[in-house]
Amino acid sequence: MKRFVMGLGALAFAALLIGALLEPLPVSVDLRAAVTNNMASSGVEHPVTAVLLNFRGYDTLLEIAVLLLALIVILAVGIDTASDQPRTVNPILQTLARVAAPLVIVVAVYLLWAGAFRPGGAFQAGAVLAAAAVLLHLTGLLPSWQVPTRTLRWGLTAGFLIFLAVAAGLLSQGALLHYPPAQAGMLILLIEAGLTISLGLILAGLFLLLSREPGDDA
Amino acid sequence: MSSGLLFACVGALLFAMGMAGVMLIAHLLRRILAFNVMGSGAFLILVGLTQRNDVPDPVPQAMVLTGIVVAVAATALALALVRRLHALTGQLELPADDT
Repeated sequence: MKRFVMGLGALAFAALLIGALLEPLPVSVDLRAAVTNNMASSGVEHPVTAVLLNFRGYDTLLEIAVLLLALIVILAVGIDTASDQPRTVNPILQTLARVAAPLVIVVAVYLLWAGAFRPGGAFQAGAVLAAAAVLLHLTGLLPSWQVPTRTLRWGLTAGFLIFLAVAAGLLSQGALLHYPPAQAGMLILLIEAGLTISLGLILAGLFLLLSREPGDDA
Repeated sequence: MSSGLLFACVGALLFAMGMAGVMLIAHLLRRILAFNVMGSGAFLILVGLTQRNDVPDPVPQAMVLTGIVVAVAATALALALVRRLHALTGQLELPADDT
Protein backbone atom coordinates (compact mmCIF):
# COMPACT_ATOMS: atom_id res chain seq x y z
CA MET A 1 0.00 0.00 0.00
CA LYS A 2 2.75 2.40 1.00
CA ARG A 3 4.69 1.52 -2.15
CA PHE A 4 1.65 2.12 -4.31
CA VAL A 5 0.95 5.52 -2.78
CA MET A 6 4.60 6.53 -3.03
CA GLY A 7 4.84 5.41 -6.65
CA LEU A 8 1.70 7.33 -7.51
CA GLY A 9 3.04 10.38 -5.69
CA ALA A 10 6.34 10.19 -7.57
CA LEU A 11 4.50 9.87 -10.87
CA ALA A 12 2.36 12.91 -10.06
CA PHE A 13 5.47 14.83 -9.03
CA ALA A 14 7.22 13.95 -12.31
CA ALA A 15 4.16 15.04 -14.31
CA LEU A 16 4.04 18.32 -12.41
CA LEU A 17 7.77 18.88 -12.96
CA ILE A 18 7.55 18.16 -16.69
CA GLY A 19 4.59 20.51 -16.93
CA ALA A 20 6.70 23.23 -15.32
CA LEU A 21 9.65 22.47 -17.60
CA LEU A 22 7.52 22.92 -20.71
CA GLU A 23 6.93 26.57 -19.81
CA PRO A 24 9.40 28.69 -21.81
CA LEU A 25 12.24 30.14 -19.72
CA PRO A 26 12.30 33.92 -19.27
CA VAL A 27 15.00 35.52 -21.41
CA SER A 28 16.69 36.96 -18.32
CA VAL A 29 17.87 33.45 -17.32
CA ASP A 30 20.12 33.24 -20.39
CA LEU A 31 23.72 33.77 -19.29
CA ARG A 32 25.42 32.93 -22.56
CA ALA A 33 25.69 36.54 -23.68
CA ALA A 34 27.23 37.58 -20.34
CA VAL A 35 29.87 34.85 -20.68
CA THR A 36 30.60 35.56 -24.34
CA ASN A 37 31.03 39.28 -23.72
CA ASN A 38 33.61 38.70 -20.98
CA MET A 39 35.60 35.90 -22.59
CA ALA A 40 38.35 38.31 -23.68
CA SER A 41 39.24 39.16 -20.07
CA SER A 42 39.00 35.59 -18.74
CA GLY A 43 42.45 34.38 -19.82
CA VAL A 44 41.14 31.18 -21.45
CA GLU A 45 39.24 30.47 -24.64
CA HIS A 46 36.78 27.79 -23.54
CA PRO A 47 33.62 29.17 -21.92
CA VAL A 48 33.13 26.31 -19.42
CA THR A 49 36.71 26.65 -18.14
CA ALA A 50 36.26 30.41 -17.96
CA VAL A 51 33.13 30.00 -15.82
CA LEU A 52 34.70 27.33 -13.60
CA LEU A 53 38.02 28.99 -12.89
CA ASN A 54 37.31 32.67 -13.41
CA PHE A 55 33.72 33.92 -13.32
CA ARG A 56 32.60 31.38 -10.72
CA GLY A 57 35.98 30.49 -9.25
CA TYR A 58 34.44 30.74 -5.80
CA ASP A 59 32.33 27.63 -6.48
CA THR A 60 35.38 25.66 -7.53
CA LEU A 61 37.31 26.74 -4.45
CA LEU A 62 34.47 25.51 -2.25
CA GLU A 63 34.21 22.32 -4.29
CA ILE A 64 37.79 21.27 -3.69
CA ALA A 65 37.26 22.13 -0.01
CA VAL A 66 34.21 19.83 0.07
CA LEU A 67 36.21 17.00 -1.53
CA LEU A 68 38.98 17.41 1.00
CA LEU A 69 36.42 17.44 3.79
CA ALA A 70 34.83 14.21 2.52
CA LEU A 71 38.24 12.53 2.45
CA ILE A 72 39.06 13.71 5.96
CA VAL A 73 35.73 12.41 7.27
CA ILE A 74 36.35 9.04 5.60
CA LEU A 75 39.73 8.91 7.33
CA ALA A 76 38.08 9.87 10.61
CA VAL A 77 35.31 7.27 10.32
CA GLY A 78 37.90 4.53 10.03
CA ILE A 79 37.30 1.12 8.55
CA ASP A 80 37.64 -2.16 10.32
CA THR A 81 35.46 -4.63 8.51
CA ALA A 82 36.51 -8.05 7.39
CA SER A 83 35.53 -8.02 3.77
CA ASP A 84 37.87 -8.93 0.98
CA GLN A 85 38.47 -12.34 -0.39
CA PRO A 86 42.05 -12.77 -1.64
CA ARG A 87 42.37 -11.09 -5.00
CA THR A 88 43.28 -13.28 -7.95
CA VAL A 89 45.59 -11.35 -10.23
CA ASN A 90 45.79 -12.05 -13.91
CA PRO A 91 49.35 -11.47 -15.25
CA ILE A 92 48.06 -10.30 -18.63
CA LEU A 93 45.88 -7.71 -16.88
CA GLN A 94 48.89 -6.60 -14.83
CA THR A 95 51.04 -6.15 -17.92
CA LEU A 96 48.30 -4.18 -19.66
CA ALA A 97 47.87 -1.96 -16.61
CA ARG A 98 51.62 -1.33 -16.55
CA VAL A 99 51.51 -0.26 -20.19
CA ALA A 100 48.36 1.84 -19.76
CA ALA A 101 49.42 3.79 -16.66
CA PRO A 102 52.06 6.04 -18.33
CA LEU A 103 49.72 6.67 -21.27
CA VAL A 104 46.96 7.66 -18.87
CA ILE A 105 49.26 10.21 -17.26
CA VAL A 106 50.02 11.70 -20.69
CA VAL A 107 46.28 11.88 -21.40
CA ALA A 108 45.72 13.66 -18.08
CA VAL A 109 48.37 16.29 -18.84
CA TYR A 110 46.91 16.79 -22.31
CA LEU A 111 43.39 17.21 -20.87
CA LEU A 112 44.72 19.77 -18.39
CA TRP A 113 46.42 21.74 -21.16
CA ALA A 114 43.48 21.44 -23.58
CA GLY A 115 41.06 22.83 -20.99
CA ALA A 116 42.08 26.35 -21.97
CA PHE A 117 40.58 26.14 -25.44
CA ARG A 118 38.39 23.01 -25.73
CA PRO A 119 36.46 20.65 -23.43
CA GLY A 120 38.84 19.41 -20.76
CA GLY A 121 40.45 20.84 -17.68
CA ALA A 122 41.44 20.02 -14.14
CA PHE A 123 38.41 17.88 -13.24
CA GLN A 124 38.63 15.61 -16.24
CA ALA A 125 42.40 15.31 -15.89
CA GLY A 126 42.08 14.53 -12.18
CA ALA A 127 39.41 11.93 -12.83
CA VAL A 128 41.64 10.25 -15.43
CA LEU A 129 44.56 10.19 -12.98
CA ALA A 130 42.34 8.68 -10.31
CA ALA A 131 41.15 6.05 -12.80
CA ALA A 132 44.79 5.09 -13.40
CA ALA A 133 45.32 4.66 -9.67
CA VAL A 134 42.18 2.54 -9.33
CA LEU A 135 43.25 0.40 -12.31
CA LEU A 136 46.66 -0.20 -10.76
CA HIS A 137 45.02 -1.04 -7.45
CA LEU A 138 42.56 -3.51 -8.97
CA THR A 139 45.40 -5.30 -10.77
CA GLY A 140 47.28 -5.63 -7.52
CA LEU A 141 50.12 -3.28 -8.46
CA LEU A 142 49.22 -0.52 -6.01
CA PRO A 143 48.41 -1.39 -2.41
CA SER A 144 45.42 0.27 -0.75
CA TRP A 145 46.21 3.32 1.34
CA GLN A 146 46.56 3.24 5.06
CA VAL A 147 47.09 6.45 7.00
CA PRO A 148 48.39 9.04 4.49
CA THR A 149 52.07 9.91 4.81
CA ARG A 150 53.34 13.46 5.09
CA THR A 151 54.10 13.72 1.35
CA LEU A 152 50.67 12.39 0.45
CA ARG A 153 49.01 14.87 2.77
CA TRP A 154 50.77 17.76 1.01
CA GLY A 155 49.69 16.31 -2.34
CA LEU A 156 46.07 15.97 -1.22
CA THR A 157 45.87 19.56 0.02
CA ALA A 158 48.12 21.22 -2.62
CA GLY A 159 45.26 22.11 -4.97
CA PHE A 160 43.20 23.72 -2.22
CA LEU A 161 46.20 25.55 -0.73
CA ILE A 162 47.41 26.91 -4.10
CA PHE A 163 43.87 28.06 -4.92
CA LEU A 164 43.52 29.67 -1.49
CA ALA A 165 46.94 31.36 -1.79
CA VAL A 166 46.03 32.82 -5.20
CA ALA A 167 42.68 33.99 -3.80
CA ALA A 168 44.38 35.61 -0.80
CA GLY A 169 47.08 37.19 -2.95
CA LEU A 170 44.49 38.75 -5.22
CA LEU A 171 42.29 40.15 -2.44
CA SER A 172 43.88 43.58 -3.14
CA GLN A 173 42.08 43.53 -6.52
CA GLY A 174 38.87 44.27 -4.64
CA ALA A 175 36.88 41.08 -5.19
CA LEU A 176 37.60 37.46 -4.32
CA LEU A 177 39.40 35.69 -7.20
CA HIS A 178 39.33 38.75 -9.45
CA TYR A 179 42.31 38.01 -11.71
CA PRO A 180 44.07 40.82 -13.58
CA PRO A 181 43.26 39.99 -17.24
CA ALA A 182 46.94 40.00 -18.30
CA GLN A 183 47.93 37.26 -15.84
CA ALA A 184 44.61 35.39 -15.77
CA GLY A 185 45.74 32.65 -18.16
CA MET A 186 48.87 31.83 -16.16
CA LEU A 187 47.06 31.93 -12.82
CA ILE A 188 44.31 29.64 -14.10
CA LEU A 189 46.89 27.15 -15.41
CA LEU A 190 48.71 27.23 -12.06
CA ILE A 191 45.47 26.63 -10.13
CA GLU A 192 44.40 23.90 -12.54
CA ALA A 193 47.73 22.10 -12.26
CA GLY A 194 47.40 22.03 -8.47
CA LEU A 195 43.75 21.00 -8.73
CA THR A 196 44.58 18.15 -11.11
CA ILE A 197 47.13 16.61 -8.75
CA SER A 198 44.93 17.03 -5.69
CA LEU A 199 41.74 15.89 -7.40
CA GLY A 200 43.48 12.83 -8.78
CA LEU A 201 44.85 11.95 -5.37
CA ILE A 202 41.59 12.68 -3.53
CA LEU A 203 39.42 10.72 -5.94
CA ALA A 204 41.91 7.86 -5.90
CA GLY A 205 42.02 8.12 -2.12
CA LEU A 206 38.23 7.83 -1.86
CA PHE A 207 38.62 4.42 -3.50
CA LEU A 208 41.94 3.25 -2.08
CA LEU A 209 41.06 4.25 1.49
CA LEU A 210 37.69 2.52 1.27
CA SER A 211 39.36 -0.68 0.05
CA ARG A 212 41.61 -0.91 3.08
CA GLU A 213 41.79 -4.45 4.29
CA PRO A 214 41.30 -5.36 7.91
CA GLY A 215 44.23 -6.19 10.11
CA ASP A 216 46.80 -4.03 8.36
CA ASP A 217 45.76 -0.77 10.02
CA ALA A 218 49.10 0.90 10.64
CA MET B 1 10.21 19.56 -28.75
CA SER B 2 13.92 20.29 -28.85
CA SER B 3 16.43 17.68 -27.72
CA GLY B 4 17.39 19.82 -24.73
CA LEU B 5 13.81 19.84 -23.49
CA LEU B 6 13.62 16.07 -23.98
CA PHE B 7 16.72 15.70 -21.79
CA ALA B 8 15.09 17.87 -19.13
CA CYS B 9 11.89 15.78 -19.15
CA VAL B 10 13.89 12.55 -18.83
CA GLY B 11 15.75 14.26 -15.99
CA ALA B 12 12.45 15.01 -14.25
CA LEU B 13 11.42 11.35 -14.54
CA LEU B 14 14.80 10.17 -13.21
CA PHE B 15 14.55 12.61 -10.31
CA ALA B 16 11.08 11.33 -9.36
CA MET B 17 12.20 7.69 -9.67
CA GLY B 18 15.27 8.33 -7.56
CA MET B 19 13.22 10.19 -4.95
CA ALA B 20 10.74 7.33 -4.66
CA GLY B 21 13.70 4.96 -4.34
CA VAL B 22 15.33 6.97 -1.58
CA MET B 23 12.10 6.93 0.42
CA LEU B 24 11.00 3.34 -0.24
CA ILE B 25 14.19 1.27 -0.27
CA ALA B 26 15.51 0.14 3.08
CA HIS B 27 18.77 -1.42 1.86
CA LEU B 28 21.35 1.35 2.24
CA LEU B 29 23.50 0.50 -0.78
CA ARG B 30 20.47 0.61 -3.05
CA ARG B 31 19.32 3.78 -1.37
CA ILE B 32 22.67 5.43 -2.18
CA LEU B 33 22.26 4.32 -5.79
CA ALA B 34 18.74 5.78 -5.85
CA PHE B 35 20.15 9.02 -4.48
CA ASN B 36 22.64 9.10 -7.33
CA VAL B 37 19.86 8.51 -9.86
CA MET B 38 18.07 11.50 -8.31
CA GLY B 39 21.21 13.62 -8.68
CA SER B 40 21.65 12.57 -12.30
CA GLY B 41 18.08 13.68 -12.95
CA ALA B 42 18.81 17.11 -11.49
CA PHE B 43 21.95 17.41 -13.64
CA LEU B 44 20.02 16.44 -16.78
CA ILE B 45 17.38 19.07 -16.04
CA LEU B 46 20.04 21.75 -15.52
CA VAL B 47 21.95 20.97 -18.71
CA GLY B 48 18.94 20.18 -20.90
CA LEU B 49 16.68 23.03 -19.90
CA THR B 50 19.26 25.75 -20.49
CA GLN B 51 19.99 24.71 -24.07
CA ARG B 52 18.38 27.09 -26.51
CA ASN B 53 18.39 26.22 -30.21
CA ASP B 54 20.81 23.42 -29.24
CA VAL B 55 23.43 25.93 -28.09
CA PRO B 56 24.44 25.08 -24.50
CA ASP B 57 24.84 27.64 -21.73
CA PRO B 58 28.31 27.32 -20.14
CA VAL B 59 27.24 28.44 -16.64
CA PRO B 60 24.89 25.49 -15.86
CA GLN B 61 27.43 23.18 -17.52
CA ALA B 62 30.13 24.34 -15.14
CA MET B 63 27.68 23.98 -12.23
CA VAL B 64 26.89 20.41 -13.26
CA LEU B 65 30.60 19.60 -13.60
CA THR B 66 31.09 20.83 -10.04
CA GLY B 67 28.00 18.93 -8.94
CA ILE B 68 29.20 15.63 -10.41
CA VAL B 69 32.49 15.79 -8.52
CA VAL B 70 30.76 16.70 -5.28
CA ALA B 71 28.26 13.85 -5.84
CA VAL B 72 31.17 11.41 -6.18
CA ALA B 73 32.62 12.64 -2.90
CA ALA B 74 29.23 12.42 -1.18
CA THR B 75 28.72 8.88 -2.47
CA ALA B 76 32.13 7.80 -1.22
CA LEU B 77 31.39 9.31 2.18
CA ALA B 78 28.02 7.54 2.30
CA LEU B 79 29.70 4.25 1.40
CA ALA B 80 32.27 4.73 4.16
CA LEU B 81 29.46 5.32 6.66
CA VAL B 82 27.58 2.25 5.42
CA ARG B 83 30.71 0.12 5.78
CA ARG B 84 31.16 1.43 9.31
CA LEU B 85 27.53 0.63 10.13
CA HIS B 86 27.97 -2.85 8.71
CA ALA B 87 31.11 -3.36 10.78
CA LEU B 88 29.39 -2.23 13.96
CA THR B 89 25.97 -3.88 13.60
CA GLY B 90 26.33 -6.41 10.78
CA GLN B 91 23.34 -4.84 9.05
CA LEU B 92 22.92 -2.91 5.84
CA GLU B 93 19.69 -1.24 6.91
CA LEU B 94 19.04 1.58 9.29
CA PRO B 95 17.50 0.48 12.60
CA ALA B 96 13.74 0.99 12.71
CA ASP B 97 12.32 4.05 14.42
CA ASP B 98 11.22 3.54 17.99
CA THR B 99 8.31 5.94 17.68
